[in-house]
Amino acid sequence: MPKSLFDKIWEAHVVKTVGDLSVFYIDRHLIHEVTSPQAFDEIEARGLPLFRQQQIIATADHNVPTLNQHLPIQEPLSRSQVDKLTENCAKYGVELYGLGHERQGIVHVIGPELGLTQPGMTIVCGDSHTSTHGAFGAIAFGIGTSQVAQVMASQCLLIDRPKRMRISVDGDLRPGVGAKDLILYVIAQLGTGGGTGYFVEYAGSAVRSLSMEGRMTVCNMSIEMGARGGMIAPDQTTFDYLQGRPYAPQGEQWEQAVAYWQTLYSEEGAEFEAEHHFDAAHITPMITYGTNPGMGIPLGGTIPLDVVPSEAAGFSKSLEYMGLTPGESLLGKPIDYVFIGSCTNSRIEDLRTVAAYVQGKHKAPHVEAIIVPGSKQVEKQAKEEGLDRILADAGFTLREPGCSACLAMNEDKIPAGAYCVSTSNRNFEGRQGPGARTLLASPLVAAIAAVEGKISAVPAYNELELAG
Amino acid sequence: MEKFQILRSTAVPLPNENVDTDQIIPARFLKATTREGFGENLFRDWRYAADGQPKPDFVLNNPRFSGRILVAGQNFGCGSSREHAAWAIFDAGFKVVVSSYFADIFRGNALNNGLLPLQVSEEVLQRLLAQIEQDPQTELVVDLPAQTLSVPVWEESIPFAIDAYKKECLLNGYDDIDFLVSQKEAIAAYETSRPWTY
Ligand code: SF4
Repeated sequence: MPKSLFDKIWEAHVVKTVGDLSVFYIDRHLIHEVTSPQAFDEIEARGLPLFRQQQIIATADHNVPTLNQHLPIQEPLSRSQVDKLTENCAKYGVELYGLGHERQGIVHVIGPELGLTQPGMTIVCGDSHTSTHGAFGAIAFGIGTSQVAQVMASQCLLIDRPKRMRISVDGDLRPGVGAKDLILYVIAQLGTGGGTGYFVEYAGSAVRSLSMEGRMTVCNMSIEMGARGGMIAPDQTTFDYLQGRPYAPQGEQWEQAVAYWQTLYSEEGAEFEAEHHFDAAHITPMITYGTNPGMGIPLGGTIPLDVVPSEAAGFSKSLEYMGLTPGESLLGKPIDYVFIGSCTNSRIEDLRTVAAYVQGKHKAPHVEAIIVPGSKQVEKQAKEEGLDRILADAGFTLREPGCSACLAMNEDKIPAGAYCVSTSNRNFEGRQGPGARTLLASPLVAAIAAVEGKISAVPAYNELELAG
Repeated sequence: MEKFQILRSTAVPLPNENVDTDQIIPARFLKATTREGFGENLFRDWRYAADGQPKPDFVLNNPRFSGRILVAGQNFGCGSSREHAAWAIFDAGFKVVVSSYFADIFRGNALNNGLLPLQVSEEVLQRLLAQIEQDPQTELVVDLPAQTLSVPVWEESIPFAIDAYKKECLLNGYDDIDFLVSQKEAIAAYETSRPWTY
């Protein structure tokens, strides 16, 4: 029977089956300070060693300050979590890209950057956005802390096989429309529960034409429609990105690896339990208006007037929280903050997009514009390319890497009631701080909003051209 | 892990749909390095005002409702993988969450912590919510060995599904680590048999 990309990788990692569950082997295990301490405790309490400690890689990202990273962390609880990670890694011999390391950064940014993420792999992390790594043609998904301990103890998980979904987006994305708009569009179409129980493969010419950064943005948000993960078949774009990275295979091994990776695609006639097709020409710049990522509309559109009765209560509660009304257009809405960052959009390409737009312009005086690069490497590259100067001249602050205002665990919080156009992935109530109002959008839409001081149309994008 | 057999309890209704993990336990309360004490901050921003005062309109602050079963709207537990969400619910005294739909990671996390995610149809869920709202003293009986949720006042017993292995684990208080560690030989054999390794 013809196999899908997912089938090929899944089947290659099943150690054995137990009823409906599989003992599923994990190639790489990424850990961070928030979801690992209790797992280390668990292992220790049971007197177990790490089964394959060299397959675990750690970073500190969720909790870290994004200013003055060279100084000790001020906040005592954050400091204790980061210290605990350092201690545990030293004790168990786990490689740590911690604060102060030239390669520290958000776990889903540094994995690919280091070449740790490769096609055909299985990758897990105690973080739902582990789906990001699927952009390389890997099975990558988030796990809970008990599972972190399981992988530490056995390099395996006991899990059931998800169903397969393929989402194809064909055609060309229009000017001013990027990967973030594509995924916000798909989630708006399918809803936040639309992918529950599925592992998604993204296909189609619009997906194929995305850069690795764009593919990561797409796969990153798979979890926002409830999917276990997302993946894209590897191709030349993938190989070019990986070649020469620190953990990528070298020399003869590289040739062998590429030969294997080229076999990783969904064969003609492969089975999917669900399929969706979208036309890239229908995708516009997007923005969300509500408190889940499925509540997205075209930037030039209006908030729906009503929703199906079963969702009505949630809809009004959400709009009340956001201070918005049904039928309203967001264009022209004044905003207070712009946050460019998170594992969705904090890579060099995102910073270039922002810099290209703001060059020679200045942010509106009432807007605070924060840019948090995804990693030390992104920060360094931004400086080498002179992006830091352009951004500073435009009134944007370039911070040091971390999750920052994506989840507001550190000091970077959006005040209650304030509107923030954010390139992150979740607009849940309080996600960016208690009472904060998050509008998810692409880096370009966020940059324009910062300059205009209000939500504004994308100049490169022409509404009138909209096909059909 | 605590064993689960039969639970007889009143229930707390939370009809909201898409209750995400950031509502269950906001990220700023995830800084502990142990598993204890998360219950205090369960539904923190719905339960308490910024000044720490309980919000009277939130169900956990409503003295009419109590019990060890949380009955919640569909797509419960969506969002992040933080197991702290399951810990917080368990720590606050709940042993069962009933919903018509659970987010995948949350379901797994709950099962790994002795918290039973009990899925019913949307129709049953709505009837349950209405019943509890109307009579908060309504008792529910969750019988894991029989895989039923009974509502004695309805004289009705509703079957629910659960993976056979997960059921065994819950009944006996076992978890996956015990099982996986017992498979080490098979795992090591798999590693050496692979045509391709990273
Ligand atoms: S940037 Fe946000 S979504 Fe990504 S790992 Fe950090 S907290 Fe999670």
